[in-house]
Amino acid sequence: MRSLPFLLISLALGAAAFAGAMSLGNDYIFFAGYVVLQYVVLSTAWNILGGYCGYVNFGSAAFFALGAYSTVAVYQSVEAYEFPHVVPVPILILVGGVVSGIIGLGMGYLTLRLRGAFFAIATLALAVVLQTLVVNWDFVGGSRGAYIIRPETIGPIGAYVRYLALLMLLLAIGSLNVARLIERSRLGYGFATIRDDEQAAEAAGVPTLRLKLIATTISGALMGMAGAPFPYYIGYLQPSSTFGLDYAVNSIAMPLIGGTTSWVGPLIGTLLLGSLQQYVTVTISSAANLLVVGGLLVFFVVLAPNGIIGLFHKYLQRKPDDFVGRRRIDPEAPAGTAAPASDAASGSAP
Amino acid sequence: MIFSFDLLINGIVSGILIGGFYAAVTCGVSLSFGILDIVNIAQPAFIILGSYVCYILNADFGIDPIVTSIIMLPAFYALGAAIYQVYYVAFERHGQESLRGLAFFFGLLFITEVTLVLYFGVDYRYVQAAYIGPTWHFGFIDLPMRLLVPCLVSLLLIAVLQLILTRSFVGRAIMAVAQDQLALRLMAIDPVRIKRIAFAISIATASLAGAFLIIIQPVEPSVGREYIGRVFAICVLGGMGSLPGTVIAAMLIGIVESLTATFYGPSWAPAVSFGFLLLTLAVRPAGLLGR
Amino acid sequence: MTDLLQIDNLGKRFGGFVALENISLSVPAGERLGLIGPNGSGKSTLVNCICGTLRNEQGSVRFGGRTLDGLAAHQRTRLGLARSFQLPRPFVSLNLMDNIRIPLLYTVEARGAHHSTGDIDDHCHRLLGEVGLEQKARQLPRDLTQVEMRKLELARAMAAEPKLLIADEAMAGLTHSEIEDILALLVRLNEQGVTVILIEHIMSAVMSFSRRLVVLVSGRKIADGPPDAVMRDPEVERAYLGQ
Repeated sequence: MRSLPFLLISLALGAAAFAGAMSLGNDYIFFAGYVVLQYVVLSTAWNILGGYCGYVNFGSAAFFALGAYSTVAVYQSVEAYEFPHVVPVPILILVGGVVSGIIGLGMGYLTLRLRGAFFAIATLALAVVLQTLVVNWDFVGGSRGAYIIRPETIGPIGAYVRYLALLMLLLAIGSLNVARLIERSRLGYGFATIRDDEQAAEAAGVPTLRLKLIATTISGALMGMAGAPFPYYIGYLQPSSTFGLDYAVNSIAMPLIGGTTSWVGPLIGTLLLGSLQQYVTVTISSAANLLVVGGLLVFFVVLAPNGIIGLFHKYLQRKPDDFVGRRRIDPEAPAGTAAPASDAASGSAP
Repeated sequence: MIFSFDLLINGIVSGILIGGFYAAVTCGVSLSFGILDIVNIAQPAFIILGSYVCYILNADFGIDPIVTSIIMLPAFYALGAAIYQVYYVAFERHGQESLRGLAFFFGLLFITEVTLVLYFGVDYRYVQAAYIGPTWHFGFIDLPMRLLVPCLVSLLLIAVLQLILTRSFVGRAIMAVAQDQLALRLMAIDPVRIKRIAFAISIATASLAGAFLIIIQPVEPSVGREYIGRVFAICVLGGMGSLPGTVIAAMLIGIVESLTATFYGPSWAPAVSFGFLLLTLAVRPAGLLGR
Repeated sequence: MTDLLQIDNLGKRFGGFVALENISLSVPAGERLGLIGPNGSGKSTLVNCICGTLRNEQGSVRFGGRTLDGLAAHQRTRLGLARSFQLPRPFVSLNLMDNIRIPLLYTVEARGAHHSTGDIDDHCHRLLGEVGLEQKARQLPRDLTQVEMRKLELARAMAAEPKLLIADEAMAGLTHSEIEDILALLVRLNEQGVTVILIEHIMSAVMSFSRRLVVLVSGRKIADGPPDAVMRDPEVERAYLGQ
């Protein structure tokens, strides 16, 4: 299906879902739904760099938190300099996106020359550095945290959380559309070659560094946008939890469980894992919640590396070209077919 | 910032002592990441596990933590061997690169941490031992025993490891497997077995590092997280697999963190060591004594 | 006419090991150059330096009159330099069509041509057909034999519409008739104006294809001239047959 119909259909589905939720009359679904939708954005964003390009980002929390803290910074500025109007949340989302996008670009510049594991470690290091900078910046509350006072209700929608959930729904739809658009474009092909064999990609004319920078910028920007409304949702922002490792593990686990090769994967992974986590948190405890994530992550990574999409393909026993997601990674490929490790061309012994 | 010579020297000294401990924490990763190319991001979780084992035996039976950790070496070794076996069958055999292996260990990290939380709760645990309280004083230099003892034992551990790697047959096979597996096979040595041994050793070091940790500071399950980055920072800085390099890098980071905490406040310390890491990766990824 | 490829005093070290020393070579447009030498003599390293996969510390490489120093590999490819890898490096998660599509999208399109998806698809089919892989267009590289992967490797290099194509041991393991096919393909390319550097161990192929032969031994160029003359050169005989 072409991109415009997809956008319209996804918007229509979203509208229907929202209307359905409104009719339930219980605000819990909006509270829970906000979190799940937020993770749809985070995991889709992560997947653009991690699944499509093969660069694992451990610093998702940092981009998310930057979005949240840019909101706080704007909020505090409004208070401090007595602007006449409160800045509306959609604008804050854009601000968060820009801030995190720029940081994403910067991170890319610093780290993308590093191979695989080093890149992942560098992203972790960057996240800690950013966290330390924020914790020491008193304007946004530092380690004491920051309070955001939000309105009780807003217009015809009713409770404010419904408004936030609506915004997050739009963001989720937007990020899914962006991911799908990328997948089907020249950019998506380029990303796949970076994942498969960067040197061969360069030799074929793919400007790998530029593409990787695009990926980190888009990924970072989307994560920032997901973080921007968060202070309004939670009311009190604390650096340790906002920068927490939980965001990193979820934004990695959800795409891996769903399947990393297409936009469908993160969506499925998030819906399943997100709902499961909500359920476990409510019935058992929030610590058990992380156990679920860790356990499922290990399970899928070991036994079903292509995620749920992969299992689906196997079940149908169809070639991937016939179905969604033009490309897949097959774990059973004999080690000899792609031989970058022992490649003489990369300049080990000539 | 109040600059005083006393503070400076003591900052350096405690940095060195902590650095010795950091070296023990990192040496396992130097083995698994530096030599075997396995990104075991869960190492801090195993270390915390070691800490808790020491805690149980210390609280219930009064056994010295370092003694406990030595007794537990075979158990940790076996754990390491088992984990490697799963890792090998699931990933290495198929030539699957970093992502899935990373995710695997990430998952293990969380499983371990959360299991500890569910079992022990989030209270801080600590151990009692004769050398934890006292501090030696040399003029104005303070040497807290709870830092000194782990530092010395950890340097001993590293020395033993280095001896094993350079002098023993298995050790040299481990160094060789990083470079040329085919040659190893031609000598009728199974590289998989060697790698399994190496990885098992790296997990075994977590047992000792865990003892050191709980001697130095009270422990609760999420303490491991702050070590994830530190460990890889030291490993990269130290040259990926070079044990002497690891010691130097660990002390360097220890000193930098200590001085930063002393003169600028502890909240800046993490940024410094991670900033160091980023700088190293940007400028000289091979580290200080890189191979 | 200025030479298409001009290499001056190229040197490359790996730590203490000198892989290439003082390599100078001029390749005029339209040439059919054979590059031979024992294993480990530096042929692939030379290709890597020319194409930008490795950076040479000494000397310079000029292509079409402009210097390549500092240019990334993809920029060199866009200028018209293409190579196949000695050990095939296909994009494993893409099918064959898409493997060929990549250089079309990123090199040919980048030069300014704009084609519809249908045109590009046809182009991919055609290229796959030239190496006999059209039947497997929608399959993944893992379904190919080693020989077929070499052909894919060559087709992918050709897809970049190069002015200079470096074929690095593209014929290893092929049968006699397959070698003939590839040679015919390279000759056809050459007649269309593509300069070809053929790196091979299969002497019959090298001798029949090359109009000029260069011999590399231990990182140094020891011979450069017409094939017959080069093969009679005593130093070359020594390098291959020992003393």
